[in-house]
Amino acid sequence: MKPLHKLILLAVLTLGALTAAPLLGMEFIPLNAGGQEREILMGIRLPRVLCAFAAGAMLSLSGMSFQALFRNPLATPFTLGVSSGAALGAALFIRLGIAVSFLGISGTSAAAFLGALLSIVIVYGLTKLKGGFSTPTLLLSGIAISFFFSSLILFVQYLSGLSHSFRIIHWMMGTLTTAGYTQLINLLPFLLSGAAILGLLTRELNIFLIGEDLAISRGVHTARVKKLVFLAASLMVGGVTAVCGPIGFIGMMSPHICRLVFGADHRILTPASFLFGGLFLVLCDTLTRIISGFTSGAELPVGVLTALLGGPFFIILLLNRKGSLEL
Amino acid sequence: MSDLIQIRHLSLELSGKTILNEVSFSAGEGEYISVIGPNGAGKTTLIKCLAGIYTSWHGAIRIGGKDSRTLSSRKTARLQSYVPQAEGRSNPLTVEELAATGRYPHLSAFTSMKQEDFNAIDSALKQTGMLAFRKRPLNSLSGGERQMAFIAAALAQDTKILLLDEPSTFLDYKHQAEVTAILRAACREQGRTIIAVHHDINTAVACSTKVIALKSGSVVFSGTPAAAADTKTLQEIYGTPFISSPSPARPLPLIIAEGGDQ
Repeated sequence: MKPLHKLILLAVLTLGALTAAPLLGMEFIPLNAGGQEREILMGIRLPRVLCAFAAGAMLSLSGMSFQALFRNPLATPFTLGVSSGAALGAALFIRLGIAVSFLGISGTSAAAFLGALLSIVIVYGLTKLKGGFSTPTLLLSGIAISFFFSSLILFVQYLSGLSHSFRIIHWMMGTLTTAGYTQLINLLPFLLSGAAILGLLTRELNIFLIGEDLAISRGVHTARVKKLVFLAASLMVGGVTAVCGPIGFIGMMSPHICRLVFGADHRILTPASFLFGGLFLVLCDTLTRIISGFTSGAELPVGVLTALLGGPFFIILLLNRKGSLEL
Repeated sequence: MSDLIQIRHLSLELSGKTILNEVSFSAGEGEYISVIGPNGAGKTTLIKCLAGIYTSWHGAIRIGGKDSRTLSSRKTARLQSYVPQAEGRSNPLTVEELAATGRYPHLSAFTSMKQEDFNAIDSALKQTGMLAFRKRPLNSLSGGERQMAFIAAALAQDTKILLLDEPSTFLDYKHQAEVTAILRAACREQGRTIIAVHHDINTAVACSTKVIALKSGSVVFSGTPAAAADTKTLQEIYGTPFISSPSPARPLPLIIAEGGDQ
């Protein structure tokens, strides 16, 4: 099957999943339900499923772009400290307890975006200071920043009162519980701008796969491409983290699975990662909603499920360094 | 012969250490310049400065009569292509996809590849004998085949100037001979200008129209291949004695480093 045909198939599958997912949950609700059930279906489940799709798509795209840029299968928003930066921004904002919004973008989202951007700028600055732009330096500083910011988040939480602290903890697990139409509208500008930027850079990302030196010699304006990718990734990771918390591992798993199925050409891989990341989080979220139906009632945060799947996947990736999963 | 590349007083410091010191030379159309010298002499750095990878140098590099700093990266890439030293890293692209990256500077942001782009890729693959490998992922190729694919990609870029960093080092004899033949043809038949770092003195002497030797970042020799094949000159460059042995098959004698085989 040609990659393009596979992509069309994936799009059809995604549409199917987006239609079916709202029907499933603690209780099955048929499409033609009325009254209160319809209210739950259209008012609660549908926006939540759409939020899950948007969040998954964004995390997947940012992971894909980092992996291509750094030619490293383990480069993700998490390993580069971007997620922690976003989480710190959002946690600080929650701690402050102010609710502002501007043009439909909540203060938390803006703070998370700034946090994401800040960590990228720090990581980028550190590596630049070392001269050149070597991948090992970049990844190591990313991990260092990530630990540092995570500690700061714990500190913020330590300083917070019980209610703020509980909000931060719950949100840090990665959750879609509160996702509604407001959150969806909050995610959209980040999704659209980030995806548009990356959608225009597919050819450049392909060339980055053969290394930065060769990319320069092919006439790619590498510094500009890097800045644009950083901007797009900060927008998307910031946008997602503010609404759903740091949902782990999708940014790593989804692009890898797509690369195995669709190949490395970013003209196909970009839309594929977008769709698959979204689909993947929708499925995980639906699963948590179904599981929650069987447990005591407190909802399982979706981040727990993605991390449970992601941990083993990460280990397979490490063991398979010379295998087919390599970038 | 007009100078396609002109390098004047090129100096580069990296973290306080002088890597290149006042390097000057030029290359005309159809010339093949071999850069030789001991390890750490700055050969790779020189090629990377020319390729636009290092930018913090002082001096002047003129490509096609224009100051290289005023040329956009895309324009530069239409004038010169680059083949780096073979690296062990794997790469998910196929031979054809790799060759297609060579067409990047010829495409504008919203156009896709046209017939002339496909023709350039085809002819580059043909020239390097890689037509049969076009759908193969680079990961599945041998070191020699992979190097051919990278040379094919540089040829597909369709530039007047080719910059190569040790194109035949680490290759087996057959692939070494093939690389030499391809480069010589690109130079003599297509009139391309080649600047190549060569590790092997005999390859350097056999291919080129001019040899330049670097030592501790400075040009210590610049002259014809015949002059470079002189054992005294080579001893000065490499700091080890050489012997030359007349070869019936070649116009110039074979050079062997003394000591190793005794």
